[in-house]
Amino acid sequence: MIERPPLGYLRYELLRTFRNRRFFILSLVFPLVLYLLIAGSTRHEKDLGGTGVSAPVYFMVGMAAWGTMTAMLSCGARIAAERAVGWNRQLRITPLAPRAYFRAKVLTGYAMALISLIVLYAAGASLGVSLPANEWLKMTFLILVGLVPFAALGIALGHVLTPDSIGPALGGGVALLAFVGGVWFPITSGFFFHLGQFLPSWWLVQASHVALGGHSWPTKGWLVMGGWTALLSALAVRAYRRDTGRV
Amino acid sequence: MSMPPAAGARVAPAPEIRMQGLVKSFKGPDGPIEAVRQVEIEIAAGETVALLGPNGAGKSTTIDMLLGLLEPDAGTVSVFGRSPADAVAAGAVGAMLQTGSLIRDLTVRELVSMMAALYPEPLAVEEVLQLTGTSEFAGQRTQKLSGGQTQRVRAAVALVSNPELLVLDEPTVALDVEGRNAFWRVMREFAASGRTILFATHYLEEADAYADRAVLMAHGKLVADGPTNEIKAMVGSRTIRATLPGADLDALAGLPGVSGAERRGEAVLLACEDSDAAIRALLAAHPQARDIEINAAGLEQAFLELTGEPDAASAPVAATARVRGASA
Repeated sequence: MIERPPLGYLRYELLRTFRNRRFFILSLVFPLVLYLLIAGSTRHEKDLGGTGVSAPVYFMVGMAAWGTMTAMLSCGARIAAERAVGWNRQLRITPLAPRAYFRAKVLTGYAMALISLIVLYAAGASLGVSLPANEWLKMTFLILVGLVPFAALGIALGHVLTPDSIGPALGGGVALLAFVGGVWFPITSGFFFHLGQFLPSWWLVQASHVALGGHSWPTKGWLVMGGWTALLSALAVRAYRRDTGRV
Repeated sequence: MSMPPAAGARVAPAPEIRMQGLVKSFKGPDGPIEAVRQVEIEIAAGETVALLGPNGAGKSTTIDMLLGLLEPDAGTVSVFGRSPADAVAAGAVGAMLQTGSLIRDLTVRELVSMMAALYPEPLAVEEVLQLTGTSEFAGQRTQKLSGGQTQRVRAAVALVSNPELLVLDEPTVALDVEGRNAFWRVMREFAASGRTILFATHYLEEADAYADRAVLMAHGKLVADGPTNEIKAMVGSRTIRATLPGADLDALAGLPGVSGAERRGEAVLLACEDSDAAIRALLAAHPQARDIEINAAGLEQAFLELTGEPDAASAPVAATARVRGASA
């Protein structure tokens, strides 16, 4: 049983992911264009909506959250498509362990997310975002950690939805999570403010607060992220077992 | 329940693949459906065995249990002395499943290379592309292939693993005659290297032409197991029906190609081993015969006849005896 995806396998998994046009449009082009439109017009705001964060930084991380969420969840779309053509059964009669299959999927999701991040950081820099190196790194670290529950969600959805339904489900789900998470504009009070704090997308966007002077997530943020990761991972395992008839 | 080996047949080595007492049922709208009922199959290393049966006989369910894709309700499977999961994990098994297509956004060559990377001792990718006739479109993306091309790539994916046991579930369904011949040429070459092959088919001709042995399944049960020529004689027969009042049954049964004769009112029913010879002989001897029909028994019908017996488990001998006995 192969527990780690071999490089010769990963290479082609990455290649086919990058050849997918939808990936470029949804997780790179859309966030980039919207960023340039929104942050371009508000680039001189030093304190966006009382958050204490400048508009270019806030929207840079917000759009990065949107793009990377999409990149991560599209693992699920690829799993659903592979199930639809019976490829999961074909892989189950190879030495590749299911764990290794999911590792390969999550790794490609992260590779896509990193590209999305780099593109948005570059766009941010072009609008004058300038941060100390350790803040760039800390912000990146928080975003990458914040994507873990989305990897689990993608795997779970990939096993319960069909390729036809997963596109709209992911599109709508990401839009909703992005809105409540404060991707489009900061939410500082009211119902969505209280709801948002229980969602992983909120804390993904909150990674921008690092630019305030090195604040990481508060304990609440880590708890919410940890809770979602545990819950969604359990759901993913359950969905996989139900799909393959294995207990 | 298996037939004794034919005279002169080599003595079979110890079975390497052993399915014992396999049972599997599925939930259906009207209660459980028993897909596989007490199936026993043993295969020796290096054998090519056909799993023959009409649609719905339980062939694919049996194969899924052999591959570890399905857990049997009862019974055991052993592949080279290991569980199916362990044999698969060791890379000893390659398979072409009945349904399924290819993942997109890779060329044929890239896809076969991707799969080769998962095995300890894969065959060379270029060699497999050559062998399966996929090299001429190896640079094309998998989503742009025709049905026949896709099927050949699926064969390449199964072969590149260089397996000890190759399992093929109705592998030639999407292929034209030429494609079929080419496919079996490749498999024959692969079998000649000492590998074990099990293939499911509902074509008697395929079993006859490419397998050493055939195992017949119907309604989830194993109904016969023996060398393909014997199986063919058993289920491949045709019948001639003709209106021929007052004919002598014994004389008819003695005609060339005829194995038995029965009367049905004014008509006679001849069971034939060679219906071409039989019809010529019949018309030569009885030019007045009319309303002549020649029917291939067909697998489905032959199987129904075999499984219609109360003791279907001992059907091979009984069924053969019954056809022959009709002439007495």
